[in-house]
Amino acid sequence: MNIMSLLPLWVLMTSFLAAIVIFLLPEERHRLRSTINIGAAIIKIGLIILLIRLVAQQETPEVSLEVLPGLSLVLRADALAMLFAGLSSILWLCTTLYAIGYLENAPNRSRFFGYFSLCVASTMGISLAGNLFTFLIFYELLTLSTYPLVVHRGTPQSLKAGRTYLAYTLSGGVVLLVGVALFYAFAGDLAFGQTAQMAEFTHTSPIASAIIFLLLIGGMAVKAALFPFHGWLPTAMVAPAPVSALLHAVAVVKAGAFGIIRVVYDVFGIELAWQQGYLLPLSLIASFTILYGSWRALQQTDIKKRLAFSTVSQVSYIILGVTLIGPLGTIGGLVHLLHQGLMKVTLFFCAGNYAETLGIHKIHELNGTGKRMPMTSAAFTLGALGMIGIPPVAGFISKWYLGTGALAAGMDWVIWVLIGSSLLNAAYFLPVLYRIWFLPQQGQWPHESFTQWRDTIPLLLIPALITAALSVAAGLFAGSDLSPLSWARLIVIREYQP
Amino acid sequence: MSSYLIFAYGGVGLCGIGVFGFILHTHLLRRLIAFNLLGSGTFLILVGLSQSGRGEADYIPQALVLTGIVVAVAATALALVLIRRWAALTQHATLPEDQGPS
Amino acid sequence: MVHFPMAGLVVFPLLGALVSLALSQRWRTLMSFALILALLLNNALLLLQFYSQGMFNEAMGNWPAPLGIELRIDGLALIFSLMSAIVASICALYAYVYLRPAQLKLFWPFFWFLWVALNSIWLSSDLFNLYVGLELLSLAAVGLVALSRDALSLAAALRYLFAALLGSIGYLLGVALLYATYGTLSLVELSQHFSLTLSSSVALGFMFIGLLMKTAVFPMHSWLPPAHGGALTPVSALLSALVIKASFYIVLRLWTELSLDSAPTSAGLLMGILGSAAILWGGWMALHQTHLKLVVAYSTLAQIGYFMLIFPLLSDTNPHASHLAFQGGILMLLAHALAKAGMFLAAGNLLFCTGQKDLHSLAGLSRYRPLNIFAFGLAGVSIMGLPPSGGFNGKWLIIQSAMLQSQWQWVLVILLGSLLSAAYIFRVFSYTYQEVEGGDRFKQPSPLLEWSALSLSVLSILLGFASMLVLDLLPSHSVVTQ
Repeated sequence: MNIMSLLPLWVLMTSFLAAIVIFLLPEERHRLRSTINIGAAIIKIGLIILLIRLVAQQETPEVSLEVLPGLSLVLRADALAMLFAGLSSILWLCTTLYAIGYLENAPNRSRFFGYFSLCVASTMGISLAGNLFTFLIFYELLTLSTYPLVVHRGTPQSLKAGRTYLAYTLSGGVVLLVGVALFYAFAGDLAFGQTAQMAEFTHTSPIASAIIFLLLIGGMAVKAALFPFHGWLPTAMVAPAPVSALLHAVAVVKAGAFGIIRVVYDVFGIELAWQQGYLLPLSLIASFTILYGSWRALQQTDIKKRLAFSTVSQVSYIILGVTLIGPLGTIGGLVHLLHQGLMKVTLFFCAGNYAETLGIHKIHELNGTGKRMPMTSAAFTLGALGMIGIPPVAGFISKWYLGTGALAAGMDWVIWVLIGSSLLNAAYFLPVLYRIWFLPQQGQWPHESFTQWRDTIPLLLIPALITAALSVAAGLFAGSDLSPLSWARLIVIREYQP
Repeated sequence: MSSYLIFAYGGVGLCGIGVFGFILHTHLLRRLIAFNLLGSGTFLILVGLSQSGRGEADYIPQALVLTGIVVAVAATALALVLIRRWAALTQHATLPEDQGPS
Repeated sequence: MVHFPMAGLVVFPLLGALVSLALSQRWRTLMSFALILALLLNNALLLLQFYSQGMFNEAMGNWPAPLGIELRIDGLALIFSLMSAIVASICALYAYVYLRPAQLKLFWPFFWFLWVALNSIWLSSDLFNLYVGLELLSLAAVGLVALSRDALSLAAALRYLFAALLGSIGYLLGVALLYATYGTLSLVELSQHFSLTLSSSVALGFMFIGLLMKTAVFPMHSWLPPAHGGALTPVSALLSALVIKASFYIVLRLWTELSLDSAPTSAGLLMGILGSAAILWGGWMALHQTHLKLVVAYSTLAQIGYFMLIFPLLSDTNPHASHLAFQGGILMLLAHALAKAGMFLAAGNLLFCTGQKDLHSLAGLSRYRPLNIFAFGLAGVSIMGLPPSGGFNGKWLIIQSAMLQSQWQWVLVILLGSLLSAAYIFRVFSYTYQEVEGGDRFKQPSPLLEWSALSLSVLSILLGFASMLVLDLLPSHSVVTQ
């Protein structure tokens, strides 16, 4: 076992050890804490780059530990894992920078950053999990480490949101636990990718296999906020802005979506799932969620609530892509996992900036903000255009592949879902952009601070600009070897060439 | 019926009285005495029943009962200390849930 | 020298008991810690010896026993001895800081008698020795409950004492009947001749009722919450983590060694039903308590229910699944000991900060004592059976076993119980996250108190990664199919 094969463990450990050190630091050591946090995030990105290079060379570093008889914790870096891990590591750095700015002078920063790092560690564990058992462990750990973040403010409202969040996610966790336990009891100890054995099992006992699929997907669907399990997501909006960003772009909903990808591709295998007819119901639910989320977003007057319902809708694009058999649909789903993360985190950063700088929470208060905060507003605009799917922002690439994938899979009706949803996206984003840029300011800002800055303080602004730039770059340079798109292609080539 | 079996039956009788006492009485000292009766009954059963089947005397139950009595005395002593302390603190000889509405 | 370590397990605590009665206050404490170190070392040596001699590979890990049949050590006994050593040492350290001098003076002798009793129960294979151990354990535990000497804890101690005495008599009555039938008290000999007849069923019935009463299995549980909830904090931890395990250990021993798994399934079913009722009732009651320590105490009731679910799953028709349930049960017992002790100590620290028992008074503590809340939370993770933790691994194995035997009802109960436990633990959590006006008036506990709570909680989590170390000590085949 050489150093390189331990890399997956170190990737996990950078955030985990950071969490422990942060917990142990006294509350008032702000500078040291920030240094450690940012340092860990940068080291992690470095390690991820190393890992990605290894994986590109057809290697799959793996670490495992037997925890129960015949049952191991496995951390394994395959191409799909690196897609999600790469996203999380970049966004960890951005959200940490943002959170340091956002929480300046706020109490309880030790607790906040500790759980924040723990949450990223769980996300890493989810992405690197090499079998369902490991996935389950980190999936539950994610629930536990995000709860303190959701209730961070300690107001009755946030405590209530915390209860709702737990009720949904813990129930989902129980469903997932039953699914995973059934899987191990009857199908056996299968690592991700051993789809041939699963096919054998499915042919001998199709009903058990269908039940397992249902339970696994059902458990994941809660975090992925698939209709009708989406109720927690808008409620959890009471959390501080960096937490919302993390929840929506990287950690929680993405963990659910990623889990569904894993189940379809690496537990059952897409061919099998397609043959058994598991995918059509899933794509119907995903399509409905896409339209429903957009429709609900349209009715919201609160910025963060509108973004929340937009997430409900956007995450289902990923799931829709997964259910389209054929390489194009798969590429669309996978690449949207990254694109949506970049664009949504930008939008949440900007929403946080408006709230912190001007005290703006409602959409009608946004009139004229383009003049007061031009750079934040520009970033917001890019994110919103990407969500609608306007080139060259990254969202266009996702929708393009989803559409062509649907045609290739012979599911033409999906095109109408995409068109309808894009129209709805435009309907709820364009009026906001119009208010920002073209309407004059109405009276005083609700609660203005940072008046000495032209836009807002750099720690809040820069992360938003970085992620906005990344989401444009992901679209503009989609053809380059470093883009999310080419990595998704790599995954798909490996998936469809057994 | 051997004479040993009489001891055993006697023990059963004592146990019965003990259980009754334990259920019927709420006064802590009476309960303690009921417990002692239960214990003695059990010891009688242990000695009586195990010897009834055999011809010669079996020394093992004797030794056991001797140990058992020591343990029971220790338990009784501890109970007495606690009951006295309880009575001194609360002026009651029964537990709160047995005192009835007052 | 080879057999020295095992005798030490009983001799050292006995010495501690005598010494702590005789010596002055300062020497009591000093000697006690010296003996605790000796015991820890002894356990470690024993573990090494056990590994090196490879006993765990055999069907039954019997120690070659020149000491006689009374003391024997196998994997199960070793696990429990290690568990008591770890929990008791940390609780002793906690007590040393936490208790007032007058309380500490009385604490040591009771503590040492408790440890003697525990170790002799783990190591005995003789029904009467077990009785003596049980009685000694109850008396020491009752003494510890009464340590705070207020009316409330005295009443709890008295209730506990009567329940414990009744339980002991039931057990002894059963032993008397068994001896009358088989003429032996040794478990090993008994297991060779035992057959399930009317008289032996009645005997076992008496023994089980007595033992389950001491374990506080539903519906014979009402003594437990006031005793565990009302005692001084280190005492609560010792009682919940270790004392109730002793009588349960005897039930488990009897069940496996007398091969009751081949008994009619109704016996196992009955145990399972009692356990399910305990899980649901305990969880429900914990959810509705207003005092922090009572929440933790009722949680113990629910956890005892999980242990009971082993019995319907031990069957001789499916040895593999049966073995999974056994392993799962042991992991759960161990994880509960660590997590519950950690949780009680953390709860005690929180109460120390506020000076009040009420849950509402916890507002703001998550900001003031984050480390301590973290300790409570980690213990809670294991109690809820969420991964990664020893509690989760135990639950996983039991669920697997139930699934393989198509006994779905237990799966359902376990899952409902998990949700209930999550509800009552996060309820406590949400109180600590509240913010109220009027500023904080908290006392600051010594760091040693917080670190002892945290160390136990962390161990219960680490058990989730190191379960194999424990399971390797158990016989590799099912105890059942020896």
